[in-house]
Amino acid sequence: MGGPTVATNLLAAQYIQGLADDALVYAQRLGEWVSRAPQIEEDMALANIGLDLLGQARALLTRVGELDGSGRSEDDLAYLRDEREFRNVHLLEQEVAGFGFEMARLLWFASYQWELYAGLRTSVDEVVAGVAAKALKEVTYHRDHATQWVLRLGDGTAESHERMQQALVDVEPYVTELFDDDPASVAAAESGVGVLPSSLEDAVRARVSAVVEEATVALPESARWRSRGGRDGVHSRPMGYLLAEMQHIARSNPGAQW
Amino acid sequence: MYGNDFGPTAQASGTDADTPPGPDEPLNAAEAGIFDDLIEAEQRIEPRDAMPDSYRQTLVRQIAQHAHSEIIGMQPEGNWITRAPSLRRKAILMAKVQDEAGHGLYLYSAAETLGVDREELLDRLHTGRQRYSSIFNYPTLTWADCGAIGWLVDGAAIMNQVPLCRCSYGPYARAMIRICKEESFHQRQGFEILWTLMRGTEKQQAMAQDAADRWWWPALMMFGPPDTGEAAQGGGHTQQSMAWGIKRFANDDLRQKFVDMMVPQAERLGIVLPDPELRWNAERGHYDFGPIDWEEFWRVLKGDGPCNAERIAHRVQAHDEGAWVREAATAYAVKQASREAVA
Repeated sequence: MGGPTVATNLLAAQYIQGLADDALVYAQRLGEWVSRAPQIEEDMALANIGLDLLGQARALLTRVGELDGSGRSEDDLAYLRDEREFRNVHLLEQEVAGFGFEMARLLWFASYQWELYAGLRTSVDEVVAGVAAKALKEVTYHRDHATQWVLRLGDGTAESHERMQQALVDVEPYVTELFDDDPASVAAAESGVGVLPSSLEDAVRARVSAVVEEATVALPESARWRSRGGRDGVHSRPMGYLLAEMQHIARSNPGAQW
Repeated sequence: MYGNDFGPTAQASGTDADTPPGPDEPLNAAEAGIFDDLIEAEQRIEPRDAMPDSYRQTLVRQIAQHAHSEIIGMQPEGNWITRAPSLRRKAILMAKVQDEAGHGLYLYSAAETLGVDREELLDRLHTGRQRYSSIFNYPTLTWADCGAIGWLVDGAAIMNQVPLCRCSYGPYARAMIRICKEESFHQRQGFEILWTLMRGTEKQQAMAQDAADRWWWPALMMFGPPDTGEAAQGGGHTQQSMAWGIKRFANDDLRQKFVDMMVPQAERLGIVLPDPELRWNAERGHYDFGPIDWEEFWRVLKGDGPCNAERIAHRVQAHDEGAWVREAATAYAVKQASREAVA
């Protein structure tokens, strides 16, 4: 066999773009917390987690630009794509909705990313494998941070217990999409570039369940609807506004260097 | 005041001021002798050392104002994290604002060694009894403001803060050593933002010039009101703080040093500083500069600046919205402690 075909590379690029967009879009949301957190330590922690994710996004986007043959830079990809070209899941584009919601979202996402990056350390794509090895250490901290807060909030006061419980309900419709096997993921898993999202589901759910149980709250019943289609560029209402805010300076100054 | 201090006695109206220093608790003769000897010998005063009450109160006010400035200062730049025009700039800005939160934490810890806790200090900030640097009452209107803040505001802060690394109070001096290292990085990144803009499109150059126009005079005000020559008779904090080894240089001297440092940097950048009277004075060996609008300074300090209300409202909202989270953390810690006691 020869080297990877153009079509294989395009599918790999699409898969990696999903990983990158998840990290980028969540970094964008976490950036909104800075100066708004419940205490200064948490301003630092959320900024730190956002920074880690931004670092992952930058490395992965650069790889996307190499693989898809477009030669686009990380900034071209972050600032000049339209909403339909972003491949992140809906969970991460949802608006900031309080600290309980954020810790529920972070617990799910960091638990997912932990399993994901653990698997990607052996990716046949050296860049992906390198990012995964580094990011796994970061995500271990993110997951621990969310775990500690879910425990404190769930098993804290009556008010925080109720709020944490509600936050788990609010996040629930966005969870399952993390484990949807879109065509690019299937191809990436087959080529050894990626891992199949559905293969991560049991471990992630087990992890989150254990934390939630210890926190004396409960995972809700499945919601009547769930999000779908982020990996295919079909997003929810907040996404357009997120991109408008993120991209407008760059787009108002075409070709400018910063 | 971001490394400077001009609290209640130096301002016209005292209605929203911090409590002025109380009468000294008399130290006994031996204690007073030790304190004076330590100051005289340029040694450090440590938390357990006896110290005059007014020394303690001056430090609490100054360190708290400095801490408040760090956390209020997160807002004007934090405002640009979601809009930073490249991912590299976004990462640098997030790291910078995160540093400011860290500086706030070191400084609140330094203040706590003087017997006042962070919760109390935050309450004084939220209720207007303690101040933060008035520079943060100006808005950040464009991306170039992130550059101007780094270059001018952090530049002025460093000028104020480097001497504080030799402050007579040990915990404050040690906090400042670490803070100054990071501030120096912040200033360079501000310069680099402006450098890049000045080498960019016409629109970018105009953006950089506009930001420098708006931040130059407020940055000069950061050193505080005049305190040399005739103004030295005005009864500010300078003389007492200098005697105690808290303050090392007069406001006017630091301001001059800042101007002398910034003019050549502005020339390198290609930015025209908005002062027609700015010129080299060979006789003095310094740059002359035009009069500062102290009326504006006092007006903004007293609350009538573009962002005074917004900054405090933002801070209070974050604090209030986070109350249930902090209460939960406390309740959980109590439960954990009692579980461990049982186990």
